[in-house]
Amino acid sequence: MALDVAESETIARVREIATRLKPLEGPLLPILHEVQETFGHVPASALPAIADVLNLTAAEVHGTMSFYPDFRTAPAGRTVVKICRAEACKAMGGDALAAEVQERMGLGWHETSADERATLEPVYCLGLCACAPAAMVGDTLIGRADAAAVLRAAGEDTA
Amino acid sequence: MKDFIIPWQDDRDMGTPAKDGAPVTLTIDGFEVTVPEGTSVMRAAAEAGLSIPKLCATDSVEAFGSCRLCLVEIEGRKGTPASCTTPVAPGMVVHTQTETVKKLRRGVMELYISDHPLDCLTCAANGDCELQDMAGAVGLRDVRYGHEGESHVSARQNGEANPRYLPKDESNPYFTYDPSKCIVCSRCVRACEEVQGTFALTIQGRGFDSRVSAGTNEDSFLTSDCVSCGACVQACPTATLQEKSVFEIGTPTRSVVTTCAYCGVGCSFKAEMRGDELVRMVPFKNGEANRGHSCVKGRFAWGYANHAERILNPMIRDRIDEPWREVSWDEAFAFAALKLRNIQARHGVGAIGGITSSRCTNEETYLVQKLIRQVFGNNNVDTCARVCHSPTGYGLKTTFGTSAGTQNFDSVEQTDVVIVMGANPTDGHPVFGSRLKKRLRQGAKLIVIDPRRIDLVRTPHIEAAHHLALTPGTNVAVMTALAHVIVTEGLVDEDFVRERCDLDAFEDWAAFVSEESRSPEATEAVTGVPAAELRAAARLFATGGNGAIYYGLGVTEHSQGSTTVMAIANLAMATGNIGRPGVGVNPLRGQNNVQGSCDMGSFPHELPGYRHVHDADTRAIFERAWGVKIQDEPGLRIPNMLDAAVDGTFRGIYIQGEDILQSDPNTKHVAAGLAAMDCVIVHDLFLNETANYAHVFLPGSTFLEKDGTFTNAERRINRVRKVMAPKNGLADWEVTQRLAHALGADWGYIHPSQVMDEIAATTPGFANVSYDMLEQRGSVQWPCNDAAPEGSPIMHTDGFVRGKGLFVLTDYVATDERTGPRFPLLLTTGRILSQYNVGAQTRRTRNVVWHEGDVLEIHPHDAEQRGVTEGAWVRLASRSGETTLRATLTERVAPGVVYTTFHHPDTQANVITTDYSDWATNCPEYKVTAVQVGLSNGPTDWQTDYAAQAAQSRRILPPVAE
Repeated sequence: MALDVAESETIARVREIATRLKPLEGPLLPILHEVQETFGHVPASALPAIADVLNLTAAEVHGTMSFYPDFRTAPAGRTVVKICRAEACKAMGGDALAAEVQERMGLGWHETSADERATLEPVYCLGLCACAPAAMVGDTLIGRADAAAVLRAAGEDTA
Repeated sequence: MKDFIIPWQDDRDMGTPAKDGAPVTLTIDGFEVTVPEGTSVMRAAAEAGLSIPKLCATDSVEAFGSCRLCLVEIEGRKGTPASCTTPVAPGMVVHTQTETVKKLRRGVMELYISDHPLDCLTCAANGDCELQDMAGAVGLRDVRYGHEGESHVSARQNGEANPRYLPKDESNPYFTYDPSKCIVCSRCVRACEEVQGTFALTIQGRGFDSRVSAGTNEDSFLTSDCVSCGACVQACPTATLQEKSVFEIGTPTRSVVTTCAYCGVGCSFKAEMRGDELVRMVPFKNGEANRGHSCVKGRFAWGYANHAERILNPMIRDRIDEPWREVSWDEAFAFAALKLRNIQARHGVGAIGGITSSRCTNEETYLVQKLIRQVFGNNNVDTCARVCHSPTGYGLKTTFGTSAGTQNFDSVEQTDVVIVMGANPTDGHPVFGSRLKKRLRQGAKLIVIDPRRIDLVRTPHIEAAHHLALTPGTNVAVMTALAHVIVTEGLVDEDFVRERCDLDAFEDWAAFVSEESRSPEATEAVTGVPAAELRAAARLFATGGNGAIYYGLGVTEHSQGSTTVMAIANLAMATGNIGRPGVGVNPLRGQNNVQGSCDMGSFPHELPGYRHVHDADTRAIFERAWGVKIQDEPGLRIPNMLDAAVDGTFRGIYIQGEDILQSDPNTKHVAAGLAAMDCVIVHDLFLNETANYAHVFLPGSTFLEKDGTFTNAERRINRVRKVMAPKNGLADWEVTQRLAHALGADWGYIHPSQVMDEIAATTPGFANVSYDMLEQRGSVQWPCNDAAPEGSPIMHTDGFVRGKGLFVLTDYVATDERTGPRFPLLLTTGRILSQYNVGAQTRRTRNVVWHEGDVLEIHPHDAEQRGVTEGAWVRLASRSGETTLRATLTERVAPGVVYTTFHHPDTQANVITTDYSDWATNCPEYKVTAVQVGLSNGPTDWQTDYAAQAAQSRRILPPVAE
């Protein structure tokens, strides 16, 4: 079976990462992290490659990876917007914030805009309960968030 | 009625596995119970007959503690611990039914049921569902949470598509996965890991999103690593994983314990029946060979029993170019008897013979050899073991004194270093393969000696310490080099050798193997095994603790097959690895009853119990029992019969349950021999390839249709029980008896148990075996007599059967089959998981989804040189013949070696194999043939001619209206 060049290169990179990190104790999570950093997500073809290097089955790698929602199966948009859905934020108007951001970005949960500019995701607690409702745009935390602040941080406040 | 088992025995689910420790006494619900240390409270309660509600626990896998249904209260301890994960302690006082735990359990059940369909009445598991049972046991009367919230139950919910719903996966041919019924107890995942060792399943996601997943997001059960062993289906408490046959038929009403008719592991199964209809085969927990596990063949591939191509009426014809004519049994027997007697009248008593089957029962095999010795009046009896394990018989009899594996399968649980040589247990003996893998995951070391990189060399969670990838045909050189290292590096177990073995022979042997010419360095050029690797393997085996050797046909099917078996025995004796659990020499038998058919006197030189026909005392026993004189000279072996047939001196044969045309080497020679005979009687389920040359076809019965016993690779005599009437009208033993009657014999067996009584009366190793005993004990390992009334799980415990163990010199002699410019590659053959031998059974089941045809494995380097690409049609030619098949490129084979399977008659791998055979036993050299591979554009002339002849030969005349 001929793999296309891009895919065989991906697999080679993944194997290199997995082989390098294999000596770690519990190497699977560090490998998944580095693969995601490298490709922006964990490509499906990476699973059998990681499994082979660690002498696991693809099922086991899939089981571990899918336990952690932060490991992506597809690339995210250039900006990832996360809005907290946990109790404290909900009590402080998180639902309204979420609804407004969803509407203004035109995205539902886990969706990426067609131009791959942004991805919208729910998150369960950012550790900012004292400043609820909270959001995170890229690596930046936003306390006492409102839709305008979130969209401004995401570069989406053109409207 | 799901627990109605014949013969009656208890196979309740005890919740957690049995443990082996010092006795501990505790009190449960006021009853005192004593169990081994390490036992769970749940199991202790079950031992006392008190069952604690449970869902995620089952005794095939370790406790997990996730369902929270088995909570109990223990005096002096806080809270409500899970009884499955709580080990017993002395003096512990447990209460399994307090108000607190009752309330908690009911609450847990409410949550489960709020995400489970309420279609019990139309569910395939109705009446056989643990969730249903537990709902009853905890007294669930209401689900306060309702069913309107988020769930996994239906495709549409509250008028909208339900994103949590996953459709049913029906990709596996034998069972379905219905995620909507799954309670995510993870029993299937753990069974796949702990019992089968495949790790094909996982739980994906987390929390409420957790789902069982076969492979990754992109996989179905069929495309995942799943090998369809059925362990997950067995473990599932609901209808989530369910046999398709249960959907189609309904719930079984009784179970009959019987023995699988595929490989030599000899797994015990419950044939679960509705009336005389087989609903499913379920591995039997009390089966001592398989301990409740199964593989795809025994568990699911029984559809051939009802296949449309099965022949149910006797048929005859005068010439093989005529179509078959269906006749009555009486006419068929009379026709056959007349032909056989005519041949003997014209060409002598020795002009006919027969072949017993390793697929048939001990009783049937015994009767066939009795027919030949008593009624035919000669010793021209042989068996398919000729072509597989006859070197084991010779080699182990010479060194140890009897032809049998030394251990039981349980022994693998105590082994520390395993040599697997010329065997591929994960494909050929899957249930043993799983038990071996379990031990390897616990830390035992593995040495693989095989030209091919079999799965065990590296498979998830298993990695061999050493893979000695030798050149096919150099087994003896490698084994002797291992011995060289052990002797010259002072690693011999001298105490064992001094006490247990013939010392003169040992001294000779030690001097012999120590010669420099037999060192790993000297033989590396011939064997292709790096000397350092071989030395490391030898040291590991000699010093790593309990060392066990398991081997298969890659050892025996060589010109030096018997020599290699003796080299294995030498190695085991030199390292002191005989006579206790965890060690030993273990031939993995190919077919269900190879051991038994050999035990029953199927060889031309041996009466039952491996006693030579030269031995007047033994002959006297049978002469008294049978009332005839028994010839004191060995009869013809299969290859001799065929040679004699071509010469015109051997003209009639009765072949029970063996397809020699497909399975024996050099197909063209076999065909010529059969074609030269006047009367070929084939007794089989199907018009097999051999039947193309037959004059009489006697329809056979399946293992489901008769009573008897099979003896597996660990010498275990297991009952085969009739669960339905023979569709052809007669069980195989009755067919042989009726043929004997037609030839004038006065046999009067009315049940196979009488045959076993005759075996016991005439054969010392079976003296105490009877159906009554098997009924009580389940199974027994021979020898079973007054010296060993309970049978013999491990042999040679106090001394070898022959007295002192005999070391035998094992000089490596290269096979005459050599590569050269015309045939530069070496072909070796084998089999795969989903198919069985000539495929007569498995090709007629849905197992074909895994293996539609034989393919040729070739190393990419060899392929490139020949312009062969993946999937290309290639011509495979040897000095004997040629065939065509598709190629697959793989590094499992070394450069210079190619490999294929022999499951399909349209490939006929044995057209290629040669006449070379083991020097001692004539076991064919299947595993080494010099070949050439080239591109091809279609079938060879032989294949075309063969297909035409087969079609011509299989015509059956329509019944004549009277």
